[in-house]
Amino acid sequence: MKHFLTILSHELRMLLVNASTYVAAVLFLGIMGFIFSGVLDTYSKAAQESSPATVFFQLFWIPVLFMVPLLTMKCISEERRLGTLETLLTAPVTTAEVVLGKYFAAYILYLLLWASTGGFFYILHHFAQDPRLLDFGPMAGGYLFVAISGLFYIAVGIFASSLSRNQAVAGILSFTLLFILIVGLNYAGTLEVMNLESMKPVHAALDYVRTFRHLDDFSQGIVDTRQVLYYLSGSVLMLIFSILSIEVKLLHS
Amino acid sequence: MSADTPAIEVRDLVKTYAGVTAVNKVGFTVARGEILGFLGPNGAGKSTTMRILTGYLPATSGEVSVCGLSVATHGDEVKKFIGYMPENNPLPDDMRVSEYLHYRGRLKGLGRAKLSIRLDEVLELCDLKRVRHRIIGKLSKGFRQRVGIAEAILAEPPVIIMDEPTIGLDPHQILIVRDLIASLRGRMTVIISSHILPEIEVTCDRVLIINQGRVVAQGTPADLRREVFGHSSYDLEIAGDFDAALPEVLARVDPSLAVSETGAPDAAGFCRLTLTTSREDDLGETLLRSLAADTRLRLRSLNRVHPSLEDVFLAATKRGWEAVDAPVPSVK
Repeated sequence: MKHFLTILSHELRMLLVNASTYVAAVLFLGIMGFIFSGVLDTYSKAAQESSPATVFFQLFWIPVLFMVPLLTMKCISEERRLGTLETLLTAPVTTAEVVLGKYFAAYILYLLLWASTGGFFYILHHFAQDPRLLDFGPMAGGYLFVAISGLFYIAVGIFASSLSRNQAVAGILSFTLLFILIVGLNYAGTLEVMNLESMKPVHAALDYVRTFRHLDDFSQGIVDTRQVLYYLSGSVLMLIFSILSIEVKLLHS
Repeated sequence: MSADTPAIEVRDLVKTYAGVTAVNKVGFTVARGEILGFLGPNGAGKSTTMRILTGYLPATSGEVSVCGLSVATHGDEVKKFIGYMPENNPLPDDMRVSEYLHYRGRLKGLGRAKLSIRLDEVLELCDLKRVRHRIIGKLSKGFRQRVGIAEAILAEPPVIIMDEPTIGLDPHQILIVRDLIASLRGRMTVIISSHILPEIEVTCDRVLIINQGRVVAQGTPADLRREVFGHSSYDLEIAGDFDAALPEVLARVDPSLAVSETGAPDAAGFCRLTLTTSREDDLGETLLRSLAADTRLRLRSLNRVHPSLEDVFLAATKRGWEAVDAPVPSVK
């Protein structure tokens, strides 16, 4: 892991000098601002049961679905397309170092983008002067959830990027995988067929991986280690698959 | 690693891609400090062999060792010994030259202090000082190529492998690159592949001609000429009654001399003749004296024909084709 930090700092640097990162960041903040003001709009009309932060984070999957593919689709597929993967892997670095370096660079950027939405809450706090609107608990829980689930989602994006040399294919693939993970599994749990007695184990499993339930728990301050483990093991698995996918492609190239 | 182990040793190397044999039982050794030229038509297996040497691709079978270490079992250590410039010289387009070289130097394990000194040296050596702050994607091909070469020699590895380093360069730049490679002679072992044959002939100590995944000829350019053609030849322009006198004179000089080609006489009556002999040493002087001494003959010019490496290459690859077409035990 000697070169991990070299690669990480290089990747971060490359992300920060790249114009597409800023385009993605502006889009992200634009959409998040839109969602946030929409949430505030409903609060201004009528009193609600939950705090704005809870509602805001319930829509976390919208930016995730397009931000994660945008941040990660380039990582490995671009290197493969340009052929720089060859120069990279013939330097004394391991595939694991390359993948982890790229992964954490994308993850740090993802966290930075989310952290910048903290500004919304600050503005709300500053101008509304209403402590009821700013509930610290759900907010911290929401950010914690975003940080932990982000580990998994970014790993999915890296994996998709390692599969194709075409950025667009990698992007659509990671979008699809994320959609299945977040929305698809949630939907599958509500299917009529899940109520059958024979489907009980499947239903239980689906219930366990329901992202929105995890989010609710986190917002209420419940940090269930099973849920944390789900995201951690998922990301480790995806990273292992990414490393294998790069090495297998060399083996059969 | 002791001083007498060869820098690179390849034995019975085989690489198959999905049923196609790209490299078929290739074997060669490269001594320390030697510059080896890799020649072959497109698709001969040059790049594949180079990639296997760097540990980027695994071999199907055979043994490859660099500086006495097997590439298959000590891949990570071997990578430290090699500076590699791949085919088409892939470079990131959105980095500056010095940034890129700095990053690569760090990856190759150079310390910050040493790297900044070495970076200046390499930029100077490759004549890149003017463009050190330019973005690589906006550089001309010649500069890009030199960035690739600078990257390969950056960490001063004992072995440098370059896949077509002079492709797409203008003659002036080729000269610079050639001098650069020649300046590494003795210090580093260099393998370069190229299509430009005079290039290889000038820079390389030894040439390896590869075709259809097999080594069809190897040796110094002079050895190759001898091995492939098996004879030397002389061109002369002569007038007079040479039909009668010439065989007599030739027999006196060397019995193996024979006229292989006779041209039509030109306006002054001089004919262009080609003589061949199996003698290796230079017969030029004796030939000239004896021909001039004979009053029946008038000699205008005499020169020894040096087959260019191009001729050697064409003959060797053709021979390779014949060898391939002949029924050989198939390797599956």
